[in-house]
Amino acid sequence: MSLNDLWFLLISVLFVGFFFLEGFDFGVGMSLGFLPRNDTEKRMLIGTIGPFWDANEVWLITAVGAMFAAFPHWYSTLLSGYYLFFTFILLGLILRGVAFEFRHKMSSNGWKKTWDISIMIGSLATPFLMGMILAGIVQGVPIGSDMNIAIEGRNLVNLFTVWAGLAVVMLCLLHGLVFISLRTEGELRERSRKYALITLPITAVFLAVLALLASISTDLYTKRGGWLIAAIILGAVIFVLAALFLRKKLEKQSFIATSLLVVLTFATLFIGLFPRVMVSSLDSAFDLTIYNAVSGPYTLKSMTIVAVIFLPFVLGYQCWSYYVFRKRVSEKELAEH
Amino acid sequence: MDVLDLARIQFATTTILHFVFVPISIGLSLMIAIMETMYVVRKKEMYKKMAKFWGHFLLINFALGVVTGILQEFQFGMNWSEFSRFVGDVFGTPLAIEALLAFFLESTFIGLWVFGWNKLPKKLHLMCIWLVAIGTMLSGFWILTANSFMQHPVGYEVIDGRAQMTDFWAVITNGQVLWEFPHTIFAAFATSGFLVAGISAWKLLRKKDVEFFKSSFITAVIIAGISSMCVAMFGHGQAQYLVETQPMKMAASEALWETSDDPAPWTVFALIDTENQENKFELNIPYMLSFLSYNKFSGSVQGMNELQAQYEETYGPGDYIPPVRTTFWSFRIMVASGTAMILLSFYGIYLAMRKRLDQARPWYLKLMLWSIALPFIGNTAGWIMTEIGRQPWTVFGLLTIEDSVSTSVTSNQVLFSVISFTSLYLILLGVLAFLFVREARKSPYQDANAIPTIEDPYTHQGRDRHVTE
Ligand code: HDD
Ligand code: HEM
Ligand code: HEM
Repeated sequence: MSLNDLWFLLISVLFVGFFFLEGFDFGVGMSLGFLPRNDTEKRMLIGTIGPFWDANEVWLITAVGAMFAAFPHWYSTLLSGYYLFFTFILLGLILRGVAFEFRHKMSSNGWKKTWDISIMIGSLATPFLMGMILAGIVQGVPIGSDMNIAIEGRNLVNLFTVWAGLAVVMLCLLHGLVFISLRTEGELRERSRKYALITLPITAVFLAVLALLASISTDLYTKRGGWLIAAIILGAVIFVLAALFLRKKLEKQSFIATSLLVVLTFATLFIGLFPRVMVSSLDSAFDLTIYNAVSGPYTLKSMTIVAVIFLPFVLGYQCWSYYVFRKRVSEKELAEH
Repeated sequence: MDVLDLARIQFATTTILHFVFVPISIGLSLMIAIMETMYVVRKKEMYKKMAKFWGHFLLINFALGVVTGILQEFQFGMNWSEFSRFVGDVFGTPLAIEALLAFFLESTFIGLWVFGWNKLPKKLHLMCIWLVAIGTMLSGFWILTANSFMQHPVGYEVIDGRAQMTDFWAVITNGQVLWEFPHTIFAAFATSGFLVAGISAWKLLRKKDVEFFKSSFITAVIIAGISSMCVAMFGHGQAQYLVETQPMKMAASEALWETSDDPAPWTVFALIDTENQENKFELNIPYMLSFLSYNKFSGSVQGMNELQAQYEETYGPGDYIPPVRTTFWSFRIMVASGTAMILLSFYGIYLAMRKRLDQARPWYLKLMLWSIALPFIGNTAGWIMTEIGRQPWTVFGLLTIEDSVSTSVTSNQVLFSVISFTSLYLILLGVLAFLFVREARKSPYQDANAIPTIEDPYTHQGRDRHVTE
């Protein structure tokens, strides 16, 4: 495996890891709008992700940083081309991030409501827009010979990308609901499980239609047909299993199942993309690939050494933090910090 | 306005605001780590209260530091995509390493620290806050490495029109970062020192929880004093380095049009006329500039006109003189705030050593409250001098700022993001100030956030932990 391949793999893993972890944070944020019955339950919900959400977000920051260093053209083309998308994503992430901290600082209702709404908007808009961007990357955008996305001829909003955005939102919501049922106690636990059971088939439909649309809008089936079919079958099996687990109140198993679904969905996307990093809709000669968007070999080598040495520590202490907070969040827990 | 102007406005406002929060996070996490260490070692409950009380400020601020930082990382690609293409190899690397080494560390362990008071053994809990403090400093180091490359490029070669890294070690031991890092980090320690000392002074003035705030004040004022001294010393070193590597910035920050006499005098104050390239009025201290530049009382310093001619020879025709007034005044504002910080904190240390804090004059305590602003003024002025003084370059000698900006964005897009980010940031800054004042009004011995223990219907062990915190 060349270093170009390795860094494509690492960046994909970082993005997939981000959606697996931050995916349930988004889901928890969205469900703030309908799941809890009173303020204590709201605080319990936020408590399930309290110690983690910031570190989960750093997966995104690291992914983008690695993209900048390893594939500077990918970073530059994507961020400048999808300018307004990223503007809104950042506004969403900013509002959501401060809201977690500000919300419990005052007890007035208006204050809390403001930050609840911030959390919900941020948790909904961000995965939606990210889903659209990822879909656009595989579908193709008008990248010219100068490696920039042409301002005229941009068609970033269409049926396929919007549908992908919605599918990602549903997936995060499902993942989040299952996470809540795993991490809380009592009524909330039961209620989130019920909602998860309703969300599950809807999400399955969204993903199935997405897979169908992909055959029209993208070249994924011609490039990676075998993998895609296998992934669809595997996905269907996991959906059925997840439904069974949820019915049987096996929360751990259900969570593993939805995690696999998230990983499978996003991994498929990156596998379909490889070895391109962004598809040009104008001419395949203008595609950004891991060969023409890359930085120098010396840079890749230096970063590989740093990553190999430090990545195990990073993963180690993150696992430890999940271990420390393994106990379910109860009302009593809440009162303690 | 065109894309370039808007992108510059956006970078300046968002970065300056990010750097309002950053020094508080860096300095306060260290200070809290010290307080908690005293608690663990000396076992006095008051130190725990101190860590917790000031911890509220850290957390509010940290959230803002994090969210404003995310924007910074994306901004290079959004507004400065040609710059990012050009330097991605050298510049992206420290950024990626910063995320991997520093951001994961701070974000994971701050979560453990906040929610871990009752879950972790004391020593492990203490380790968490130390790791947060180390994480913030590491983060500073890596981003300043990236910034230093822009001031003084090293360890690279331009291949296929892009700066490619050839020597990683050279990039991280860039002489620029070896000065910039300690100068900035000590400035951050001083910032939080003045914040804590200022709030404590206000409490002392109102005779609230005197023991507690006396301890806080002493800890803070000592940190502030030592750090302010170090800031000045490293700043002096940095100025000397500047004379060698970016003489134009130095000349501009001295409003030195013609090469100076030998020995060179330091200009305290000048009325600058950029049109005729001369100063209408100057107030000079003889020998000082020679000393500042070379540590001795002789030697002349090159002026802007001579440098302009040199640069035209090397880089081709163009205007290589940065905005002189801005560079000149931002330097003076920084040095003035540094001087005031040293005087104020040393007076505080003097009072503390003679155990006369109780009889401290109200004017001093009041002044300390207002002095919370000083380090922020210093920080902002310092960055403005560093970044504006580098004009017209983005990467010194390699890439100008016209060539850095994104070509595939429209000015309306950038205008929209400038307006939305700036207004959101200002609102958040207001909320931060409001919450800070609110926290400051609280007494460390009664926490308004505390909720009485609730009977937990779902676990039947019924361990009864009362909420005292
Ligand atoms: C000298 C220190 C320093 C400087 C010059 C900068 N930052 Fe910063 N940054 C920090 C020191 C710091 C910090 C202390 O580590 C922060 C502030 C508060 C915090 O939570 O972490 C942080 C947060 C922070 C975050 C969020 C990290 C997280 O989620 O935990 C990002 C992505 C950035 N920064 C990126 C940048 C970029 C791209 C900068 C360049 C313009 C920049 N920062 C300037
Ligand atoms: C956190 C403290 C910092 C502050 C307050 C700050 C401030 C500024 C200011 C005032 C400008 C000038 C904008 C203009 O020309 O109108 C600028 C430009 C810039 N700075 Fe910084 N800066 C900081 C740190 C950094 C760091 C750490 C980096 C790199 C990692 C950086 C990279 C840039 C770039 C790319 C530009 C745009 C090009 C230019 O205008 O010269 N800055 N910054
Ligand atoms: C008291 C004497 C001081 C001197 C002689 C001094 C000197 C300098 C110099 C020469 C620079 C520009 C470096 C460059 O462009 O490469 C600088 C930058 C800076 N200064 Fe100061 N400074 C002093 C005090 C302060 C104080 C009190 C603060 C804030 C609390 C401060 C914060 C900064 C910051 C944040 C920067 C930008 C980052 C950097 O380039 O290091 N300085 N200082």
